[in-house]
Amino acid sequence: MRVRLAAIVVGVALLTFGATAALAQSLMNGAGATFPYPIYSKWFDEYAKVEPGIRFNYQSIGSGGGIRQITERTVDFGATDGPMTDEQLKKAPGELLHIPTVLGAVVATYNLPGNPKLKFTPDVLADIFLGKITKWNDDRIRAVNAGASLPNQPILVVHRSDGSGTTYIWVDYLCKISPEWDKLVGRGTSVKWPVGLGGKGNEGVAGQVKNTPGALGYVELAYATTNKLPVAEIRNQAGKFVEPTIDSTTAAAASVAKTMPADFRVSLTNAPGDKAYPIASFTWLLVYRDQADAGKGRALAKFLWWASHEGQRYAADLLYAPLPAEVVKQIERKVKEITFQGKPLLASVDR
Amino acid sequence: MRALPGGLEAMAGPGLRRRARIRVSGDRVFAGVLRVVAASFVGLVLALVVTLVVAAVPAIRTFGWRFIVGTNWDPVAESFGALPFIYGTLLSSLVAMVLAVPLGIGAAIFLAELAPFWIRPPIGFLIELLAAVPSVVYGLWGIFVLAPLMRVWVQPALGASLGFLPLFQGAPYGVGMLTAGIILAIMTVPFITTVGREVLLAVPNHQREAALALGATRWETTRMAVLNYARSGLIGAVLLGLGRALGETMAVTMVIGNRPEISASLFAPGYTMASVLANEFTEATSDVYLAALVEIGLLLLIVTVVVNALARLLVWSVGGTVAKVRE
Amino acid sequence: MTNVARRRLISRVMGALTAVAAGVIILPLVVIFAFLVYQGSTALNLDFFIHLPKPVGEVGGGMANAIVGTLILIALAACLGVPVGVLGGLYLAESRDRHLPWLVRFLADVLNGVPSIVIGIFVYTLVVRPLRHFSAIAGGIALGVIMIPIVLRTTEELVRLVPASLREAGLALGVAEWKVMLRIVLTTASAGITTGVMVAVARIAGETAPLLFTAFGNRFWHHGLDQPIAALPLQIFAYAIAPYDDWHRQAWAGALVLISIVLVVSVLARLATARLARS
Repeated sequence: MRVRLAAIVVGVALLTFGATAALAQSLMNGAGATFPYPIYSKWFDEYAKVEPGIRFNYQSIGSGGGIRQITERTVDFGATDGPMTDEQLKKAPGELLHIPTVLGAVVATYNLPGNPKLKFTPDVLADIFLGKITKWNDDRIRAVNAGASLPNQPILVVHRSDGSGTTYIWVDYLCKISPEWDKLVGRGTSVKWPVGLGGKGNEGVAGQVKNTPGALGYVELAYATTNKLPVAEIRNQAGKFVEPTIDSTTAAAASVAKTMPADFRVSLTNAPGDKAYPIASFTWLLVYRDQADAGKGRALAKFLWWASHEGQRYAADLLYAPLPAEVVKQIERKVKEITFQGKPLLASVDR
Repeated sequence: MRALPGGLEAMAGPGLRRRARIRVSGDRVFAGVLRVVAASFVGLVLALVVTLVVAAVPAIRTFGWRFIVGTNWDPVAESFGALPFIYGTLLSSLVAMVLAVPLGIGAAIFLAELAPFWIRPPIGFLIELLAAVPSVVYGLWGIFVLAPLMRVWVQPALGASLGFLPLFQGAPYGVGMLTAGIILAIMTVPFITTVGREVLLAVPNHQREAALALGATRWETTRMAVLNYARSGLIGAVLLGLGRALGETMAVTMVIGNRPEISASLFAPGYTMASVLANEFTEATSDVYLAALVEIGLLLLIVTVVVNALARLLVWSVGGTVAKVRE
Repeated sequence: MTNVARRRLISRVMGALTAVAAGVIILPLVVIFAFLVYQGSTALNLDFFIHLPKPVGEVGGGMANAIVGTLILIALAACLGVPVGVLGGLYLAESRDRHLPWLVRFLADVLNGVPSIVIGIFVYTLVVRPLRHFSAIAGGIALGVIMIPIVLRTTEELVRLVPASLREAGLALGVAEWKVMLRIVLTTASAGITTGVMVAVARIAGETAPLLFTAFGNRFWHHGLDQPIAALPLQIFAYAIAPYDDWHRQAWAGALVLISIVLVVSVLARLATARLARS
């Protein structure tokens, strides 16, 4: 009996450890924003074909989680759509770089019978989220949407329950166009919502809206379209109603492309320009300038290079806007600054 | 060296004593090993409490008692008050108990006293299986089956008929306090029933026989002889169920709506202590935020430990080690 | 109606009411299982068992890594839970110490009632944070901690049940006391202890909350026990709250697999207990 028991134990141990040793690959762990998760998961899948020796494991737990985990160094890279504040950066044990990857749009999506195409003005949007407009057939909504059949139903607001960069982009916009929101709620990855119920991740909000007639929530564009949820047009700073598309997102970045700050932390909401969609944003990967492991650091730098060049091909299919050319040049310079013990990791890669 | 028992001392030759010494030291080593394992277990549990307390200190120092009565959960302003979560935990558990206690105790009585003998094992077995279903599976069913049911049928019906009560006012989201309470009830009932059944079975038979001898019907026997005797144990069973409900995380997180607000309506979305931990723990971006969450975990620990300790005391008072850890 | 007849009627009515209560309780089990089978079986194909998850929005893929991950986590948890639980239970049953046994028993009951998410916080603070790694080992430790009280109490009960005559026979033959405990007592009780372990395994297989901040989840095969690992309950949770229909179907399938594992193990454990009780 002892022999049998020993055999079982050895067998299980071999299986467990053998299963792990058989894969002679490196694993890079990352966590953060759900906003770019569709394109990141596509990228990591494609990049595995480019570099078979490396796997990127990304958990979309929200930008707040990404910031926290990279600060604590429990992951190799973080991801966020709400740029880190100076205080948050000071807490990190090393210098953290924000590397933009793509542009996306945060859209207002809703669940109404007949899927009417709706328009919102900034003040209407702010007041819905402040809880001042409570019914779909409110006069102010009808004023902007002549011809749409709006039911006499309460608006069921859905927001994020987790720390989210998507939330940051949304409330950043609301702060800019509504002084009341700025005073009452403010901006952050996690705020005190006046009304609404919380969904976890972009997925959770999209799921709630999809399941709940009369719901109104905000999600990244890709989540609305893959789930066949309608998307609202929003009036931008120039006074035009703009639909969130790749072109309108790119137009929002055009005004910033030439004046991009060195650390890439910039807000694109309420951008000027006729064609600009007002709630667009960059999304960033967070990496340490000085990497702790040469092999991993090099792999990370190579991936960032690939993402800002070849990776941009995949953006349009998933409804993200590719980075403007000037920004890519700046990224190239930044990625070359990633070092291991002072020595740049990518200097030898001359692309 | 332990003295050899009784008469062996006289019979012992030098070899026997030496072998006995080795054997005794072997015993000592083994007993020592067992003691070390037991002590490390005690250390583990104490480490749990200490770790939580230490990690919660920044929040305790910043907010003090205001933490428990504060209603403002604001990560931007770094002002944290846990009352909405405490309220949500208590209310959802209360709703669950209101539904689960009559059903659970009723089923326990059925299984222990009133059911025909042939039906007791299968029904008991099925109810025990209910206790084994993982929380996330209940949550899955809650999102896709129960919540739409609530939103389309139950909540509008309740709102139309009982809407004058603030309990049943508000928009029918489908998810919310009532849905969470119902799922919790489904999850806690099996515990109340199984422990309740054991408590009732522990009542000595002479009580029943005495009642029957006096001409009582089955129900009267149950009511007068058994339930009275087992009353504290049954309360203990209910408390055990409550302890489970208070700490239940996944199923509740999936159907409660994740909104830190105190509302009078059962239709409103809410938040429980366990749910906010599940949702926000990996993302707390500042030290105070994290410490506040750990403090919520500490509060949850204290509440569940107290309830469970009380429960076991009551159950034990009826009949020895009736409450098996297997629940 | 005579007094007796009325009292008999009440008795029968109460019997019916309590039967209804029992029936109402069982109803959700039947309904949930029916839904699982109905929804989950459509997504349950070979792909599900051997493929990894696909990128967001793409149809297909499976939960192979999650199923294997759960099995590995259970194995790791058992490495902590079984030795500590069995030796601790043996201690409780055999020791002649005065205070420690009472403390151990009390704390075991306390630990059994601690919500699993609190245990997750504990392991995160103690293991994940200092080591700067989410890992399968951390997940295994969290689940192992949950296992210990269950195995501990079951072992104590079963060791006490071993007849004193067996023990005395061993001692009379001159076998050392500790050998008596290990070879004779533990072996006799091993069947029951195994069922206790199975009950504990059934419990931890379905645990999600403590894994949220320890094992973390992984869309690929794990790369070492010090790396994040996928687990069935975690994957089900992630898919359930997402909006993709394909993921919902896979969540049902995953739930069906999970509940099958849990129920099979539970049923086997209870059957074994019943056989032990009879013998």
